[in-house]
Amino acid sequence: MTYRIVHRTTYDYSEPVTVSHHSARVNPRFTAVQSRSRFSLRISPEPAVRKNRTDYFGNRVCFFAIQEIHSRLEVEAVSVVSMTASTPPALTLSPVWAEVAELFRDPVSPEVVDPYQFCFDSPMVRTAPELADYARESFPAGTPLLVGVAHLNQRIFRDFKYDPVATSVATPLEEVWARRRGVCQDFAHLAIASIRSLGLPARYVSGYLRTHAPPGKERLVGADASHAWFSVYCPSVGWVDFDPTNNLLPAEEHITVAYGRDFSDVSPVSGIITGGGHHDVKVSVDVEPLGEIPEDDDAELREAMDQ
Amino acid sequence: MTEATVKSSAAEQRRPLLQRYRTEPGSYDELLGADGRVRPNYETLIRGLEELGPDELKRRAETCRRLVHEQGITYNVYGDPLGMERPWQLDPVPFILGAEEWRKIEAGLIQRAQLLNRIMADCYGPQELIRSSWLPPALVFAQPDFLRPLHGSQPGETCFLHFYAADLARSPDGRWWVISDRTQIPTGTGYTLADRLVTSRILPEAFREGGVRRLAGFYRDAQAMLSELAPRRTDRPRVVLLTPGPFNETYFEQAYLARYLGYSLCEGQDLTVRDDRVFLKTLSGLEPVDVILRRVDDDFCDPLELRNESMLGVPGLVEAVRAGNVTVANALGGGLFQSPAFMAFLPGLCRHVLGEEMKLPSVATWWCGQKSAESYVAEHLDELFVKPAFRSRLRGVDPSAALTAAAREELLRQIRFQPHRWVAQEKVELSAAPSWSGEGLVSRPVALRVYLVATPDGYRVMPGGLARVAPDAGGRFISMQRGGAAKDTWILSDGPVEDVTLLSVAGQEVELRRVGNNLPSRLADNYFWLGRYAERTDATARLLRATLLRFSPESTGHAFPLLEPLLNTLVAQGQLPATEDQPELRTNAEALEAGLLAAIFDPSRAGSLRSLAGQLQRLGMLVRDRSSNDLWRVLRQLDDRLATPTSSLVMLAGDAIGVLNQSLLQLASFHGLARENMTRAQGWRFLDMGGRLERAIYLCSLLNAALHSPEADNPSVLEAVLDVADSSITYRTRYNLMPNMAAVYDLVLLDDTNPRSLLFQFNQLVKHFEKLPRERENALPSAGQRVLIECVTRLRLLDPRPINRLRSRWHESDVGRVLAETLRDLPRLSDAIAVNYFAHSTISRSR
Repeated sequence: MTYRIVHRTTYDYSEPVTVSHHSARVNPRFTAVQSRSRFSLRISPEPAVRKNRTDYFGNRVCFFAIQEIHSRLEVEAVSVVSMTASTPPALTLSPVWAEVAELFRDPVSPEVVDPYQFCFDSPMVRTAPELADYARESFPAGTPLLVGVAHLNQRIFRDFKYDPVATSVATPLEEVWARRRGVCQDFAHLAIASIRSLGLPARYVSGYLRTHAPPGKERLVGADASHAWFSVYCPSVGWVDFDPTNNLLPAEEHITVAYGRDFSDVSPVSGIITGGGHHDVKVSVDVEPLGEIPEDDDAELREAMDQ
Repeated sequence: MTEATVKSSAAEQRRPLLQRYRTEPGSYDELLGADGRVRPNYETLIRGLEELGPDELKRRAETCRRLVHEQGITYNVYGDPLGMERPWQLDPVPFILGAEEWRKIEAGLIQRAQLLNRIMADCYGPQELIRSSWLPPALVFAQPDFLRPLHGSQPGETCFLHFYAADLARSPDGRWWVISDRTQIPTGTGYTLADRLVTSRILPEAFREGGVRRLAGFYRDAQAMLSELAPRRTDRPRVVLLTPGPFNETYFEQAYLARYLGYSLCEGQDLTVRDDRVFLKTLSGLEPVDVILRRVDDDFCDPLELRNESMLGVPGLVEAVRAGNVTVANALGGGLFQSPAFMAFLPGLCRHVLGEEMKLPSVATWWCGQKSAESYVAEHLDELFVKPAFRSRLRGVDPSAALTAAAREELLRQIRFQPHRWVAQEKVELSAAPSWSGEGLVSRPVALRVYLVATPDGYRVMPGGLARVAPDAGGRFISMQRGGAAKDTWILSDGPVEDVTLLSVAGQEVELRRVGNNLPSRLADNYFWLGRYAERTDATARLLRATLLRFSPESTGHAFPLLEPLLNTLVAQGQLPATEDQPELRTNAEALEAGLLAAIFDPSRAGSLRSLAGQLQRLGMLVRDRSSNDLWRVLRQLDDRLATPTSSLVMLAGDAIGVLNQSLLQLASFHGLARENMTRAQGWRFLDMGGRLERAIYLCSLLNAALHSPEADNPSVLEAVLDVADSSITYRTRYNLMPNMAAVYDLVLLDDTNPRSLLFQFNQLVKHFEKLPRERENALPSAGQRVLIECVTRLRLLDPRPINRLRSRWHESDVGRVLAETLRDLPRLSDAIAVNYFAHSTISRSR
């Protein structure tokens, strides 16, 4: 399936901004099941400085600075992404979780260095003994790793209430845990913290989710939102995604933009402004299915990647 | 070993200086050898101290304390309301090491700095050491101090660790060990220099005769290295010292170093990134910055890419570093290597990376991230010092106290949960060095911090360092936060002592300059307020003195109406409570006397003279790196005088007048120093503008109060006005008659030859405005100039004579009207200056 995604972020400032610096991680990654044929990023006002780089985790990031006085900033990313169907991993065939934890307990062979990035506390995810206890209910002795994770994924879905007003991007995990409610970002953080508390590697994925209109209704343009889920490293399989907000294993309808240790590594648009007073942010996302479109030719693909 | 039980030998015990000196059993004694005799490195000093004799020694120790105080060498303690500017504790007895021993320490530390630098280059680059299992991945990846945005930010760069410091301790067998590595911000080089200046001054004989190596070469190397780091090809690269601000614990040394090295002291808000370059915001615009010597922790340096909530950094700095437009020293990311856990891997890394054995060992270290180490630590918990391996909110274990069973269980549980977060080290038995007790020498545990700088020819070690002694014998931990004292460290030379000075290199061509480096806007702001507070303090002291002189406890009811204008001005300016709040001040002489004394000495009253002097001193601190030591000393003395009234005695009005007179003299020397010693650059201009503006405010406030008084034409009231406006003598020489209202108001308002008159203040302000940058760019006058023109015009057109025909309601006269309008305009003028020159827009963040 191919999608055209429009992700628009608008800031309205109550007072003029004299200078601002931003970073945007809105350019979808290439993965084993996902390829991006087009990407464009429109920024208004025109930035004085604009640079594309790859960050520590391999995400595409655009740094830009606006040096003229402005009171509104618009960032619009348009991408065309194709997803290929893949066979879901056989959960029961994965290795026993305790063996995987043991692998990451002490220095190991070089080829598994990378997952070590995702085993430990990060700015928004802190391991805790209570979280280990919570997770352990899904991991009785001898449980295959992915079976345990799928079980945990389901429990978070059941134990926590989806509540878009209960939390903000800055709500600490402790509060989500205590109040048992939150949004996709909180559930992903919670799952990651629980899994890391067992000594296993887990990372945060930011992206988009295709939404379906209720039967008989038109799809609402722009009503979609950024989404987030998590991924677990399983030896011999690789990284396997789980979506605790919807209790499923992401497939063709989850479009990956970036991944990192937690939200703070992959925040879609962030910035530091001088002046500005209060600001209002509006985010709109539109995921439009284009059907099965053959991949664009290589030249165009390369061009997109070079951007 | 007999060392542990040695007492000074019989011969040494007869030396009066050493009578109280007892060596600590089980530790190495720096002063006395195994034979109980003074070691050769201390011989010259001890002989010198003996020659001085006990009385002279006490005097020198007192001088030491006074010099520290007068130079304002202080240390801030976080979270302690009284902790701001705690005086630095300096032990007058230096710590002394011989040349031979020093060479070994030097070689060991140079090797260690090279090694740490290479490890840093790898962690922020190819990460080969991790891939090849020389460094466990968790040791790097689990650390909050591993700053991922800096990875790969400086390809090709070979020097990351520009400055490095190590804390050393000597074990009972006489060997030196590294107990901690300072790779983030090696603090203390400023204190070390300040300690040296004091110690060499109080013990000049021993310092000269002992052949002590000089420190200046180290700072010269540092200067040369920092200039060399400038990415921009320029003859005069701009280096700034980035400070977290005056609340930081080591702010003193930051200001001190900035002045000594000749760098601008900047806070994050003074800098801005445009087009991937760093600029300093100055009064005349943006000036490029080439090198940042940082005293801000690396993760706080850029709120965009590092710690988002930081208010201390510069947004966009990391990207400017990546673009190669600015160099930060130490390189961002260096905090990683302060983790004690690295020590467990250094010997192996040293063999692998440098192909050498470690020359100077680290204290024995077990990082629980390794299984074998974890079980060792669990079994030997009581013998080890267990602490967090990384910077974190976790608390270490107090090594001097025995673990309770519960604490032990809890600690083991925490280690088991996340073993990589914990490290254990051998408990270090510190050596003991001679320290001044107030009467003679005593032995105290000592540790030494040594500094290195990376020069193009490799690392160089400062021949000296910051020695620190514990407050009492047997202490194992030394912290300036917990009452330790510092010592100057003397490294003896076995050759002639090289003489170095920092100021300039002889024979080098110098470009002559008339204008100093452009003033950062924030400093202009501070100067302006320093000027305002100096004048506010001065005016307050004059008002209080005039009031006390016209008042005695015997004063009867009829004296009060005449005091009215003075008291009302004191109320308006916040020295006295409003009449509604304390009506007895206007009826009861004793209450008034108490009120006036409180207006001088009460630190809890915001407007009291004491509070004003405190404010003044704090503002002085903010411009310290830019102004003379004398200026600072005067402010310090003023604060001291008001802070220590003879509180135990009953303070009499007469005594208070004496204190006020002395305070006024001190303020006069402040103004004299500012006038005579500051170049007529922008800093001075803002200082003077602040003073002029404040003087105008006080004068208008006083005259306004006087005109509202029913006794406005009373000669006593007019005399009081002349007195406060410091114009009595001028009046008498000019008129030789009883004060006449029109003549008095003419003199203090309109006489532009009287430096105390209102018009004189405005004329000065007009002159300053003409010389300010950016004031002349527009055809039309600026907002500030507009206000000034209105004020001056009003005054020039004012005829004061009709006021003599009034018998009441003087405030409704032309004079009264002009005063009221001027009082209204003065804050507008202050705001216009602030908006035009000091505007620091606040920084906010978004996600």
